[in-house]
Amino acid sequence: MQHSVHWGFELLVIFRALTLAAIAAGVAASDQKRGRDGQVNVFFWQAPSLLNPYLSAGLKDIEPASVVLEPLARFDDSGALVAWLAEQIPTRSNGGISHDLRSVTWVLQDSLVWSDGSPVTSQDIRFTWQYCTAEGGGCAQFDRFDGITDIETPDELTAIIRFDAPKAYPYKAFVGSGSPLLQSAQFADCLGPRAPSCTTENFAPIGTGPFRVEEFRPNDVAFFSANSNYRETGKPAFSYLLLKGGGTAETAARAVLETGEFDYAWNLQLSPEVLTRMAARDIGIVIAGFSTLVEQIYLNLSDPDPSAGEMRGTLEKPHPALSDPKVRRALSMAIDRQLLVEIGYGTTGRITCNVVPAPAAFRSSSNEGCEVQDIEGAKALLDAAGWVDSDGDGIRDRDGDDLTFVFQTSVNAVRQNFQNAIKQWWSEIGVETELRAIDASVFFGGDAGSPDTVQKFFADVQMFASMFDGNDPEAYMAGWRCDRIPTPENQWQGSNYARFCDPAYDELTDLMRIAADPNERSELGRAMNDKLVQNYVTLPLIDRGRVSAHSTSLNGVRLNTWDSELWNIADWSRIAAE
Amino acid sequence: MIKRALPRRQRGPLRRPKGAVFGAGLFVLIVLAVYIGPLLWSIDPAYLDLLARNARSSLAHPLGTDELGRDILARVLAGGRISITVGLAAMAVSVGLGALIGLLAGFYNRLDGLLMRLTDLFLALPLLPLLLVLVALFRDALTQRVGPELGLFTLIVGAIGVTSWMQTARIVRGDVLALKEREFILAARSGGARDRHLIARHILPNVLSPILVSASLGIANAIITESALSFLGLGFPPDFATWGRLLADATLYLQDYPGRALWPGLAISLTVLSVTYMADGLRDTLDPRTRARM
Amino acid sequence: MLSFTLRRLSVAVPILVLTSLLIFLLLDAAPGDPMSQVPLTVPPEVRAQMREALGLGEPVYLRFALWMKQVFWIEPKILMDHMFGTSLATNELRVLSWQTRAPVMDMVAERLPQTLWVVGSAYVIGIAIALPIGILSAYRQYSVFDTSSTFVTMVAYSVPTFVTGPLLIVIFAVQLGWAPSIYNTTHRVTDWQSFMVQVQQMMLPVAVLAAQTAAQISRYMRASMLDTLPLDYIRTARAKGMPEHVVVLRHALRNSMIPVVTVIALGAPAMFGGAIITEQIFAINGIGAQLIGALQAGDLPTVQTLTFLFAVLIVLANLLADILYGLLDPRIRYD
Repeated sequence: MQHSVHWGFELLVIFRALTLAAIAAGVAASDQKRGRDGQVNVFFWQAPSLLNPYLSAGLKDIEPASVVLEPLARFDDSGALVAWLAEQIPTRSNGGISHDLRSVTWVLQDSLVWSDGSPVTSQDIRFTWQYCTAEGGGCAQFDRFDGITDIETPDELTAIIRFDAPKAYPYKAFVGSGSPLLQSAQFADCLGPRAPSCTTENFAPIGTGPFRVEEFRPNDVAFFSANSNYRETGKPAFSYLLLKGGGTAETAARAVLETGEFDYAWNLQLSPEVLTRMAARDIGIVIAGFSTLVEQIYLNLSDPDPSAGEMRGTLEKPHPALSDPKVRRALSMAIDRQLLVEIGYGTTGRITCNVVPAPAAFRSSSNEGCEVQDIEGAKALLDAAGWVDSDGDGIRDRDGDDLTFVFQTSVNAVRQNFQNAIKQWWSEIGVETELRAIDASVFFGGDAGSPDTVQKFFADVQMFASMFDGNDPEAYMAGWRCDRIPTPENQWQGSNYARFCDPAYDELTDLMRIAADPNERSELGRAMNDKLVQNYVTLPLIDRGRVSAHSTSLNGVRLNTWDSELWNIADWSRIAAE
Repeated sequence: MIKRALPRRQRGPLRRPKGAVFGAGLFVLIVLAVYIGPLLWSIDPAYLDLLARNARSSLAHPLGTDELGRDILARVLAGGRISITVGLAAMAVSVGLGALIGLLAGFYNRLDGLLMRLTDLFLALPLLPLLLVLVALFRDALTQRVGPELGLFTLIVGAIGVTSWMQTARIVRGDVLALKEREFILAARSGGARDRHLIARHILPNVLSPILVSASLGIANAIITESALSFLGLGFPPDFATWGRLLADATLYLQDYPGRALWPGLAISLTVLSVTYMADGLRDTLDPRTRARM
Repeated sequence: MLSFTLRRLSVAVPILVLTSLLIFLLLDAAPGDPMSQVPLTVPPEVRAQMREALGLGEPVYLRFALWMKQVFWIEPKILMDHMFGTSLATNELRVLSWQTRAPVMDMVAERLPQTLWVVGSAYVIGIAIALPIGILSAYRQYSVFDTSSTFVTMVAYSVPTFVTGPLLIVIFAVQLGWAPSIYNTTHRVTDWQSFMVQVQQMMLPVAVLAAQTAAQISRYMRASMLDTLPLDYIRTARAKGMPEHVVVLRHALRNSMIPVVTVIALGAPAMFGGAIITEQIFAINGIGAQLIGALQAGDLPTVQTLTFLFAVLIVLANLLADILYGLLDPRIRYD
């Protein structure tokens, strides 16, 4: 275990050194010719199905599209907001955000052009909003435009977004690779119900990015060429970009680290030993970065027992054991999170005791206690809660009921390993666990007719990973409000899977909605995080990082876990062979 | 419809196969090992020895441990029990169904059309999606009724069996059709033999050879289909050791821990081999044309 | 012969319709959801709208009727347009994949070349290896050759492709660097050199698949040959003093090929869907990969259309097998 930790440090050091080199090289390269370095080959083992982020919310589609389509602003590799197509980030101090927080003014950079040579105007901003909010279009990014009543275009470069209520954090629409600008001329006939049938447009959108689509084969290959109208001279360094998909994470890692057929491989969820061994050939480098993805265990506060009838899974019938915080805390204490990191993620995961592990301002420091396993403490807690092993079968009981939990998760090798390990630890404190693994397409499908969804949660304990988009957790934390509990009345829709309900918590979310001061926001965020974690309604386990790999001959890669990994592909270049 | 009129067959002298005895012996040995082995090697295959992960072979773990510290020998034995049982059961379902349908279709003209259309219909169903849909549709219903292990077992055996009987049926039917025209059958029939007697005494022994070939490939097929299902995430759950599952998990570690792939791979190969040798031998022993001489 | 073929085809059509209805109902009843790959960060209201936009709100029989119309009426018209440059089907709604929002048939057409190249040549090579092995094994039953070929074919048959694939990659792509580990679908064969590149990238997947095919078919060939060799007419031929190779290769082989041809013809369609694992390992992205990807994403129109195409292939293969029967065995009467 020492070994893998060390390896991680080395990795980070290498990564740091490389990014510095990359920045230096980027400056020197800027006066060179565009397209000088030939072709760059990128492997996305989950291949893109289309290149329109508004019709698919999957990263596998959004990230490839980001080499073509660009937003007004995006997050850099440290999670900070940076202006991209806009002149600057609108804030209250520069007048971009009005005092009543009801309007935001974005100004486009001067003389921007689409890859077909036509100018980018504020009309395109307005059109993109119309496109995503058109009736019947099924836009996947709809909630980013939530609350927008109108977008005014006083001149060619200015767009004023009007909200129906004060918006303290307005950086959702047109921010990040998930909501880039579309060209109004190209998509004009694709509004509403016609959106899906615009195959040509969805496969080859016209953008402002460093590359333009040459050929797109869904779920297989995308081929791009350098955008001759790109705004920065001398970029991109590559004249072609081949983005190949298919296979597995293993296929992808091998192609970069072992055979060198590809220059970059995306999202390599492989066991740490395998990656270390592959990287030992020294033709590629493994890079890792963290964002907000947390693998966690949700504890059900309602009774999932079928005998509860109509009240099954609702708070009208609280859980007989888990409604006691002592029991919930004991379950958390029995888990050895360090060991979970080692068997599941290696350097691509780290222990977290928080639901919100990042950005740094939002990370609470008052929950570190979970890092160490405490079997004896857990036993004492259960004793105190009245659960003792009275019949000597190794399983604690109370009033004739055994302390037995059903533990469900999706079918996934790492998750099943985790289930097995946790089952073993819980058996050590006298808790019996029955494991269930549900097919991911059912588990995450949200079908109200199926009993096996994360929302219905007809089990005592469930495990999966959650994250939020961008660098602000407002919407994410609002998901734990009382009114977001899935119930039969709302057709089991809602994100408060554990059925946590606390009026004081709801008040905090109300405050956050109108808090414009960054310090106040992060304070509120931490307070909400602490409420959830210290109530043990969810047990954060692991902060899961993103891991990718690139060839040693590729320069300029800065792994960005807050936005697209291909966000700075314009700066990538080839290191000349010696 | 096709009618074949093959010439009368007679078989030349053949040596008695040594392979059959060897195959049968090996198969019995494997079956014994996986059924009795776990009694002798009593480490729980699901126990995680988290401090002894990725151990090389030692006295405590003769084949080493996997990435969670589970004993590989125990897992290969436990996995074998499931794989062999799945193989035998699915083969029985598939060959039983195939032989029955083939016999009936070949023997009774009035059933022929109907049964062969049924076979065509099944052949026209794409098997992989069908398997998937079967598994997805009935997994929950079955696991709730008879428990997760038995439920999945029944489902996988049933699904493999129901989607693999068609070849056997077609081959058996073809042979039965040809046999019906032969003199000894005609003679037996004119001698007043009943249908049941005819089938059991004359037809069945003569079509045993294709049935046995189907059966031997059927066991292997079932074991391999199960492993492919596991690999695609549609078979037994990932924590459920079967040979196929162990092999699928081991492919990632081919370079570091080749043993993890070698042992379950060897087990599958040996099983398939032993069954094949056994079937070849059985065919020659059971074939009435050779038995007459013995 | 022609009337026989026509009759078989007329039976095939209702079978196909029945099959597609069966598949449709099964898929519709199966759990799983096209929204499952949409991240959890997307709120439920948005999911509901996306679902609506896919047409999932419609009742089953309407969706089936629409699909039937699209497959049996609109798609053939599109094909006509492609072949003859007509414009029978402009602006008609085609079968659209839920994943890509593109016509399923276009994607099939895009993926057919690599499937045909790799799977097709693997099948042909596999058969070419299998037949001599099967014949020789039967001819010299229980010889060293027979025993060892049985051993080798059984090992090849019993080791799954998800093991042989990575094994070959580790040896030939990683260690020796003789072949790429990834299949480039955009590679176009224009001259000798690019043809050799194509051969190189096909080498490993073809080897994996051919070994499996050869192992199965050689067993059938051997069994069938063993049945034929002791027959009277073979003895007669020998007694007439014919050379041994003529006896075996002309007289015995012709008859024993009859069941083998059936197996080969019936196995061909299965190869197209059955190469899923190999396609995944080498990132070939053929039709098999398309099917499994669509299954995982709950993309019902794609699954439905692909399975239907497989059904068509299988029915055609059956027909082909029957016709080949007639060609190989003149005694077979079609009544």
